[in-house]
Amino acid sequence: MQELLTSVLGDTVLVFVVLAAMPLLFILPYALVTIYLEMKISAHMQDRVAYMRTGWHGVLQPVADILKLLQKEDTIHSGADKTLFRIAPFLVFIGSYASFAVLPFSSAYIGADINLGVFYLIAVSSLGVIGILMAGWASNNKWSLIGAVRSVSQIVSYEIPIALSILIAVMITQSLNLQEITRFQEGGLQNWVLFGGPLPLWQKLLLMPFTFVTFVILMIAGIAEVNRVPFDLPEAESELVQGFNTEYSGMKFAIFYLAEFANMFVVSAMTVSLFLGGWSSPFGDFMSGPLWGVFWFVTKGMLFVILQIWIRWTLPRLRVDQLMHISWKVMTPFLFVCIFAVGLILVL
Amino acid sequence: MTENKTLPTEYVTNPDEIKTSIGKTLRTDEMIINMGPQHPSTHGVLRLEVVLDGEIIVDVIPHIGYLHRCFEKHSEHMTNYQQVIPYADRMDYLASMCNDWGYALAVERMLKIEVPERVEYIRVIMAELQRIASHLIAIGTYGIDLGAFTPFLWCFRDRERILDLFEMTCGARLLYNYIWVGGVSHDLPPKFVERAKDFCTYFRPKIKELNDLLSFNEIFIKRTANIGVLPADVAINYGCSGPMLRGSGVNWDLRRDDPYGIYDKLEWEVRVGKGEMGTIGDCWDRYMVRVREMEQSVNLIEQALDKLPEGNVQAAIPKRIRPEVGEMYVRTESPRGELGFYIISDGSTSPYRVKARSPAFVNLSVLPEISRGAMIGDLVAIVGSVDIVLGEVDR
Repeated sequence: MQELLTSVLGDTVLVFVVLAAMPLLFILPYALVTIYLEMKISAHMQDRVAYMRTGWHGVLQPVADILKLLQKEDTIHSGADKTLFRIAPFLVFIGSYASFAVLPFSSAYIGADINLGVFYLIAVSSLGVIGILMAGWASNNKWSLIGAVRSVSQIVSYEIPIALSILIAVMITQSLNLQEITRFQEGGLQNWVLFGGPLPLWQKLLLMPFTFVTFVILMIAGIAEVNRVPFDLPEAESELVQGFNTEYSGMKFAIFYLAEFANMFVVSAMTVSLFLGGWSSPFGDFMSGPLWGVFWFVTKGMLFVILQIWIRWTLPRLRVDQLMHISWKVMTPFLFVCIFAVGLILVL
Repeated sequence: MTENKTLPTEYVTNPDEIKTSIGKTLRTDEMIINMGPQHPSTHGVLRLEVVLDGEIIVDVIPHIGYLHRCFEKHSEHMTNYQQVIPYADRMDYLASMCNDWGYALAVERMLKIEVPERVEYIRVIMAELQRIASHLIAIGTYGIDLGAFTPFLWCFRDRERILDLFEMTCGARLLYNYIWVGGVSHDLPPKFVERAKDFCTYFRPKIKELNDLLSFNEIFIKRTANIGVLPADVAINYGCSGPMLRGSGVNWDLRRDDPYGIYDKLEWEVRVGKGEMGTIGDCWDRYMVRVREMEQSVNLIEQALDKLPEGNVQAAIPKRIRPEVGEMYVRTESPRGELGFYIISDGSTSPYRVKARSPAFVNLSVLPEISRGAMIGDLVAIVGSVDIVLGEVDR
């Protein structure tokens, strides 16, 4: 992709600007689609029909929602710390946007093909915490502050199971570069890390129980990382009145939501790249290629986004101590066992 | 008044006692936070002054009165005993039928009149439909309190069917003014019996669906079992009634123990909390008592519909109601507990004094007792399990 752009635009900084702006082309339509999906899926789960008036089955409603938020007054109340209050939503969004740099959308496109892609992803995705804490603190609202404090402890705790489960995928694929991790899994369904990767059959069979456990844990921890039900404690509406974003309105509020939706895709894409073959086709050479790659990557990613929506509208919320319990006393020990076992199997 | 109130001394942490790992002393402080009156989980305009130590609740002080509408004083100034009924409607606006019945029953007992049998059956049908509707809201909003949104809309979908039945009967969907002194305002419309039976057959499987989605959900049980435990003796001492009391394992239901209407002619059971998931009297027990009461209410409705006799729907009462000088206390089992009306008559056409004993108000008084030491998330669960209606708390 970079070569293509260089040939068109010449060897200028413009190449990198265009390259950096490209995920935006994905995030904005994706957010609209996900808002629509979220509303429609939840509605059908609840015996409702949701939007029906704006366009065919209300397809234009997300656009109308965005327009409404754009027109809303952007209030900053007098008690707030104005600078931090303004910076916070953008910091949260930067955290999730920066993650898109290392997501391999296809064999031909990755924002930054760096060797430490996975490491970068973990590092950057925790940037959002600072934004959330900033928002909670700057709001000068006790509920927001409680939400922010909860958010920090939650995200920091759930970084650990995420990092450990990523480590297991890295041990199997022997790479920290997401593009290479995906190439490792090319050649169809059976080569996915979830099924042990393209290793000898006996190794695959031994690995499979551990990769399955890791995969499930990564999915659960991913939901916790993006603060969605059943782990939506920082913005628990019925407890904290929306938590850290209570005092936000208009576009700043929308940006928090955009960041949440973007983050949903980031964790889904991460899971997909690490365990489900990323952009590679599940049928070997059938339907594979750079463009099909984008198709498979987005399809697989969206499946997980829909799964997150499904879970959100089904389950109640955990309590703050139960949340910590799951992370530290259930997931982390399980992952240590998995790491040990996977290491042993790979050495054999 | 309460803004400057000093805290009980045992809750104030001595700063010297807290030592950090770096050896310095840190001053920690409790945070006083207002939950409500515009908080999504206070079920109306309840204000809770919460003293927090981190996430732990040190004390809760409920402040009420935001919805006070002088029901009792208004009642004294009516020109007629009948005119109080629309006000009684507005007390517990989620269970208007039960309020109407309680008041009408009190006046009827003062007048010493018997209502026709058909009226008794209609009243039972209406009150039990109302009980289901009210419990559906309690259960649905309880789900929301704990972050589960879908059960709420399922409950509202089913409640809508009950409201349709009420609308058929008396034209109103929330505040009915249907049960009058000496009878009911209209007879049942044609096809009511079939539609009510349809509802019963429709509703039974929905209870099971609700149990699968919410009641036996692992996270839901974790959030409610062993939380807000209300022991039976405390419940009795505070005067709790209804599902609050039965949730604590006390087998007490006014429909059976102080029968009114025709409840003694129908077959049904009183459901009590057994501590299946945790301790007796925890939030889950209180919740589950409501779910199981809905099943019993369906039984009651079906029996009453089958036995519904023909006849008049209004007893012969004097045009101007003038009870003898005296007083009367009548208690009925509303969805929230013991709803009592204490009426003093001075022989005129309007009551000299009406006192409503509101179950939600009494049940709410136990809240500080059971929520100390819980977490913020638990407080929401506890308030939800008390099932208050602020219209009735404040009257």
